[in-house]
Amino acid sequence: MLADARLVAGKDLRIERRARVATNQVAPFALLVLVLFAFALDPDRGILDRATAGLYWVAVLLSTVLAVQRAYALEAADGVPDALRLSGLDPAAVFLGKSAALGLQLLVLEALLLVGVTVLYTTELAGPALLAATCLAATVGLAAAGSLYGVLAAGLRVRETLLPLLLLPVVAPVLIGATRAFEAALAGAPGDGWPWCGLLAIFAAIYVAFGMLAFGPLMEEL
Amino acid sequence: MAPVVRLRGAVSLLGRFPALAGVDLDVEAGEVVLLRGPNGAGKTTLLRVCAGLLPVTSGTAEVLGVDLVGDRRSVRHRVGLVGHGGGLYDDLSVAENVAFWGRATGATEDDVNGALARLGLDGRLRDLAVTRLSAGQRRRTSIAAMVARRPELWLLDEPHASLDAQGRDLIDTLIRDSVAAGATVLLASHEDDRAVAVATRVVEVRGGTTTIAPVSPVAPVVEETPRAG
Repeated sequence: MLADARLVAGKDLRIERRARVATNQVAPFALLVLVLFAFALDPDRGILDRATAGLYWVAVLLSTVLAVQRAYALEAADGVPDALRLSGLDPAAVFLGKSAALGLQLLVLEALLLVGVTVLYTTELAGPALLAATCLAATVGLAAAGSLYGVLAAGLRVRETLLPLLLLPVVAPVLIGATRAFEAALAGAPGDGWPWCGLLAIFAAIYVAFGMLAFGPLMEEL
Repeated sequence: MAPVVRLRGAVSLLGRFPALAGVDLDVEAGEVVLLRGPNGAGKTTLLRVCAGLLPVTSGTAEVLGVDLVGDRRSVRHRVGLVGHGGGLYDDLSVAENVAFWGRATGATEDDVNGALARLGLDGRLRDLAVTRLSAGQRRRTSIAAMVARRPELWLLDEPHASLDAQGRDLIDTLIRDSVAAGATVLLASHEDDRAVAVATRVVEVRGGTTTIAPVSPVAPVVEETPRAG
């Protein structure tokens, strides 16, 4: 199964390297969201300081929707769903592979956004261990949930509009947990953030397990 | 020896519509069977049923010894289907596409290189992105991706479509070579004399999707005609 997952992840990352959708479209979009928040919330009033963690994760979530749409548009191309079903690839491995590729792209994006908040919001990145662990746990959850709802929506004609409606409510716990953990880290009180990070890890484990089970039947509808 | 394909009264519903309305068909190992009929006759549906992609809702269906009514997924990795859709990733090169689909079923690098060579894709086309290919070159890439998987049953839907004369010759040779190597071929075409020339038997398909009839009783839709010559 892991060999199949590596094959799928390698394929997705190779496609991204060629097409550069994440680097040329998703990442600039995410940075633009940060910039717009900075315009909307005057940095001088201190609102940005208090809202940095939430704004950061809202930007990540919105970018995740774009990345998921792109990842599953590839699999909905003409004849690819049939080829995928005939390939003999274990659906759970396809899920893991696509989630891994998506997760890697999100991690790079999150690192970029951390630079963004440092520069645009003049945020000092305290509690780096908690920040890193939170990013990792939240990314696994987002990638797994994104893959699950990505394949669900990919078979539908209205996937572009339906995916955000399906995905965003489901990943709301990630937004809440990751924001709380980030707030604690940035406030210099990482001890308050680790329980939230643990919650994110549980959420991620549930979505990975659920995705491995549910991906096969959903792939039939692709 | 059991037939590679054995369908008896096979019905496949698309929603409530009988896309196949009771097909009887036997295909023996080593045969090249041409499914011929007008557009909408049900040829593509029949190929997709044999690939385990569409359910058989009544009747019996066995492909490569697998009961499609019970577990159609088990047969999928043993068949190769080239349909109307290319099944290719536009941003990957020809070789990367063939390698990806080949390796998914355990093909070696030699299998992949061999498939590329047999389809005439081992030259400058090898590293070209699929998005830059002509329709005929895309078709050859799709077929190469199937060949690399070394399937036991080839299901080809309009395999000569979009190909020039040289490409058509290539496909005919490929089909004959595959049969000599032990594969069985079921191909669909609605007009091509060339397809008749490569076939060992011709089966007319009529009314598979145009028959407006209740699911039961079902009308026979497959009629065999002996091939001249």
